[in-house]
Amino acid sequence: MTHILIRSLDRSAVVFVAIIAAVAVLVPLLNLLVPPTSFFHVPTYLVALWGKYLCYALLALSIDLIWGYCGILSLGHGAFFALGGYAMGMYLMRQIGNRGVYGNPLLPDFMVFLNYKALPWYWHGFDMFWFAASMVFLVPGVLAFIFGWFAFRSRVTGVYLSIITQALTYALLLGFFRNDFGFGGNNGLTDFKDILGFNVQAQGTRAALFALSCIALMIGFLICRAIVTSKLGKILVAIRDAEPRTRFLGYRVESYKLFVFTVSACMAGVAGALYVPQVGIINPSEFAPGNSIEAVIWVAVGGRGTLTGAVLGAVLVNYAKTFFTSGALAPYWLFMLGALFVLVTLLLPRGIIGTLQHWWAPWRAQRIEASAQKAASRAPHPNPAE
Amino acid sequence: MAISTTTALLYLNGVYVAFDGFKAINNLSMTIEPGEMRAIIGPNGAGKTTMMDIITGKTRPDAGDVFFDGGTVDLTLLDETRIAELGIGRKFQKPTVFESHTVEDNLLLALNVDHRVRGTLFWRESRGERESIERVLETIRLKDARHQFAGSLSHGQKQWLEIGMLLSQDPKLLLVDEPVAGMTDVETHQTADLLKEINKRKSVVVVEHDMTFVRALGVKVTCLHEGSVLAEGTIDEVSSNERVVEVYLGR
Repeated sequence: MTHILIRSLDRSAVVFVAIIAAVAVLVPLLNLLVPPTSFFHVPTYLVALWGKYLCYALLALSIDLIWGYCGILSLGHGAFFALGGYAMGMYLMRQIGNRGVYGNPLLPDFMVFLNYKALPWYWHGFDMFWFAASMVFLVPGVLAFIFGWFAFRSRVTGVYLSIITQALTYALLLGFFRNDFGFGGNNGLTDFKDILGFNVQAQGTRAALFALSCIALMIGFLICRAIVTSKLGKILVAIRDAEPRTRFLGYRVESYKLFVFTVSACMAGVAGALYVPQVGIINPSEFAPGNSIEAVIWVAVGGRGTLTGAVLGAVLVNYAKTFFTSGALAPYWLFMLGALFVLVTLLLPRGIIGTLQHWWAPWRAQRIEASAQKAASRAPHPNPAE
Repeated sequence: MAISTTTALLYLNGVYVAFDGFKAINNLSMTIEPGEMRAIIGPNGAGKTTMMDIITGKTRPDAGDVFFDGGTVDLTLLDETRIAELGIGRKFQKPTVFESHTVEDNLLLALNVDHRVRGTLFWRESRGERESIERVLETIRLKDARHQFAGSLSHGQKQWLEIGMLLSQDPKLLLVDEPVAGMTDVETHQTADLLKEINKRKSVVVVEHDMTFVRALGVKVTCLHEGSVLAEGTIDEVSSNERVVEVYLGR
């Protein structure tokens, strides 16, 4: 295990983990311990807002893992994010208990309103946190596995795969909109009260959720690094660049794709589960195809195949979104986002981090060369007589 | 499962493939003996690449037998991955190496070791693997380029790297599609030497247009035309065959 960790953590990865760790500690401290009058105080609304960005960053990371390294362009990853979110939302609904508007101890408000007589079978178990938490992984993971098994085995690739992932998320959108689907129809799940006995609105809970989001992002990043720096990671890149060649070398391409797609879907599910208690609602609009496309844009802006770029892209674009949609420019945000995507594709095809890495590459190659020479000069010289 | 009594490494009998009515392979029969090197020539559209596609499982024949390893394996029932694992390696017409990997990593990925997801996730390089990569780097004369990205190699070097990947794969049979296309005369000559060297240990099927190169190999030649065998024999026999001359020089 240690060799995997050592291999995963190159200098930039250590810097990244250190930054996220610092944010995980500092932001909650500056929110909870520093008085609101101080310049250094971080207001609670910002903690929740940036917590949301971190969840988006984890979603972006999961997309980068499959798109940047394996060439699978999923335009439906928002579906896995939303499914994770719904699993968490169902737990939070069950925690409301008899404090709902209708005061029914078992049925959430929307079920009473829609004349449900009993809890649907698939709502059972969600009152237990461990069960809901495992569903956060399992539901997106199993769906991705089944979907991927059919798609990759039939060798659906490229734009065709992208289209069926869009269809997947759109189908789920339509399903979750229906009242008889049992997930609150177009209102979704909201009015959450407690998570593990703590008030979701409370300042302390919000700070804790923020820190947890940082930790989840860090773990997600380390898992991605462990995958992409392994031999498996090299095979993923090989599949991305020359899929038939990889097949003729004796690799079962569909198994590799299926593995990485499922891991990615589980990560997206966790991101969604952390997102829901911080924004306080989950509804079918999270399945909207546009959301998934937006997430792909974050990755493209930050730089695909870089992992850190995906995180940076998600945070930057969402910060811009918050900034522009709260002012006079709000009606034009989608035009700006579209223009951003076009400009990045044309002018910065490697994305921000990708471009920086490209500039650094010659310099880094020199350094590697130099260290290789040093190692060679340290090795004992072969006897010329041999 | 002995399906045939042949001792040949590769045995094709009465193979047919049609694409939308066009008969790409038309009653093709051919055998490659263990340890043999065979050159396949033929004009464009003769079915050379389609033949390779059939042997490697990319294309399924409409009819006919394709047996491997003394008739013990029916290749028409298997997919590309299985066939690669059985020991048939293929070099493509257009050099296809993994451009964003280094030369060394290209060879590493080609090694005939654990190809399962779990094995590769927890993989660590072994001494044996390092040694075989070194050996191949030596053979294909790319030792100095080991840390270079494959995408930055010259065309000839890419061709060699791909042959090197075949060697790493350690197959019983190598299928080599136009290895000297776009090479200089010197490189062509070196490639012929390289293939002869490889043939000391492995069976090789080479598809090539370059007659100088085929002559330099000095092996049995099969001429394909319109999906079947037109002539077979030494290069001199084949090139003096009237029908071959007719096909090549136009009727």
